[in-house]
Amino acid sequence: MTSTTATPASATATAAASTSADAIISVRDLTVAFGSRRVLDGLNLNVARGEILGFVGASGAGKSVLMRTIIGLVPKVSGTIEVFGTDLDGGDKARRDVERRWGILFQHGALFSSLSVRQNIQFPVREYLKVSERLLDEITMAKLTMVGLKPEVADRYPSELSGGMIKRVALARALALDPEIVFLDEPTSGLDPIGAGDFDELVRTLQRTLGLTVFMVTHDLDSLHTACDRIAVLGNGKIIAQGTMADMLASQHPWLREYFHGKRARAVIG
Amino acid sequence: MSGPTLEQIAKGDGLALCAAGSWTARFAPALEKLVGEAEKLTGSRPNIFIDVSQVSKLDTFGAWLIERLRRALTNGGHEAQIAGLSANYATLVDEVRRVKPAVAPPAAGSHLTAVLDGIGRNIYGIGETLVALVDMIGAVIAAWFRVWRHPSKFRLTSVVHHLQQVCWNAVPIVVLITFLIGCIVAQQGLFHFRRFGADVFVVDMLGVLVLRELGVLLVAIMVAGRSGSAYTAELGSMKMREEIDALRTMGFDAIEVLILPRMVALVLALPILAFLGAMAALYGGGLVAWLYGGVDPSSFLSRLREAISINHFIVGMVKAPVMAMVIGIVACVEGLAVQGSAESLGQHTTSSVVKGIFFVIVMDGVFAIFFATIGI
Repeated sequence: MTSTTATPASATATAAASTSADAIISVRDLTVAFGSRRVLDGLNLNVARGEILGFVGASGAGKSVLMRTIIGLVPKVSGTIEVFGTDLDGGDKARRDVERRWGILFQHGALFSSLSVRQNIQFPVREYLKVSERLLDEITMAKLTMVGLKPEVADRYPSELSGGMIKRVALARALALDPEIVFLDEPTSGLDPIGAGDFDELVRTLQRTLGLTVFMVTHDLDSLHTACDRIAVLGNGKIIAQGTMADMLASQHPWLREYFHGKRARAVIG
Repeated sequence: MSGPTLEQIAKGDGLALCAAGSWTARFAPALEKLVGEAEKLTGSRPNIFIDVSQVSKLDTFGAWLIERLRRALTNGGHEAQIAGLSANYATLVDEVRRVKPAVAPPAAGSHLTAVLDGIGRNIYGIGETLVALVDMIGAVIAAWFRVWRHPSKFRLTSVVHHLQQVCWNAVPIVVLITFLIGCIVAQQGLFHFRRFGADVFVVDMLGVLVLRELGVLLVAIMVAGRSGSAYTAELGSMKMREEIDALRTMGFDAIEVLILPRMVALVLALPILAFLGAMAALYGGGLVAWLYGGVDPSSFLSRLREAISINHFIVGMVKAPVMAMVIGIVACVEGLAVQGSAESLGQHTTSSVVKGIFFVIVMDGVFAIFFATIGI
């Protein structure tokens, strides 16, 4: 998976992602353990600029752990993680510069419960940019419109929002600083099929308009099918397969066959 | 990455605003200034082109500011157009074109109305608090009778668990603090009584004060701070995560399952802690009287026997369960009043402790008047 040969510039995104040359996120030989239990064991993964990567695996296989390790919430035992070509172990300053360029949507939104929607979205902007209140409000409205929410939502509090709205606001907050990468942890879980479909569409649109790179942990076969350019599968602490939906469907790996050819999968993919 | 620029180039009867460089969030302050200056543009030229073909990088901030500039110029009576958009940036600009003018946050009223508003709400809030307290007392008594009639509903395991939390685990700190307070009271007493040669009366003071007032009051305040706050935080976070709603839908009564065991544990714990606290305070006082005042233990004990009667002890102990109930009721009411936010949890935990201590002291005053009236 990590061939060291340079890729020709004309290669497709899929092919390019298999080398570290054009990768926006590059994870090499990553090992993460809790006590004596190894959750990730020598994992290698590259994410190409501008792609939507769907990340699947059985519950408890460590999908969220990988995401949390990349963003620095879980300490790793060994291995290197490079984002934008910067090694994240390279000191606090380098790390903060990188952090400013990514946005994270947590599984349950993680909105600040004592701040209104407007304040939630403005929070990172206020911290990093010295702009006028007027521009702050305008950008808030722009983000809310982009994620498909009405401007009236701005002055509500997280406890007054529905599950789908929380996800949308959390996405707006993740996008507040116009990041280059967004990490989405199960963005469509807990949404109704129409809401989930809208959300997939939204992620696609944003990726097109903003040129985002999206790292999406998901269980939603619809999302994988409609939103993702590429899919990576986690098993036994390693990436057991990666490629397009067609590659996944063609795979003979028993777990993949069960996942992509199970009863639910047939209903979606046919 | 080069910073953003916006140049004005006259073209016949039109004007071109040439944007170049990186129009991204990183340069937002500079961009805002550029656009702000260009917005004030009031030339006689009717046609204005905003040429963005030289922009190297564009994101939502940049796209919005270009769109804002276009809107401002259009409103100023110009014919403004955006030109030179590449295909992928065109979708972004289309996206921000859908944005409606910002809704400003709701304006706060004048200062005076805000103050009056606050006073009004607070007074109304006091009434609501009292109603909630009475409501909770009623609910707990009702639950108690239900459990009385069907003892199988009584949650002994839960009571034992809470008893360990509020009583057993509290013993070391309660004993330590009351011991130190006993030492201090005795030391101060000795210091002042010595001037009249009345050293030995320090025993009277210590005995009456500790058994009647200080022991139970001090322990009640500690329990309000230690366990009342814990009750509020526990119930509050359960409320936030809809655990209490889940209990209700499964046919459980939250009062019976959550609150009654906590109340029973507290009512049992406070007298025990008050007793241990009183003993520790007497021990500490006796130690100081001996080492510092030269009152040896045997004369301390015989003096203590003369100075206090069983009534002093009973007066102290009778108050303990009542104070426990007050602390428990206040803590549970506050816990169930928690709303969705973390801030609300903090507020209610604080007010649980403050109100708990306040009501404990009020109750102590009521008891003092009562016992004085019946002459104990």
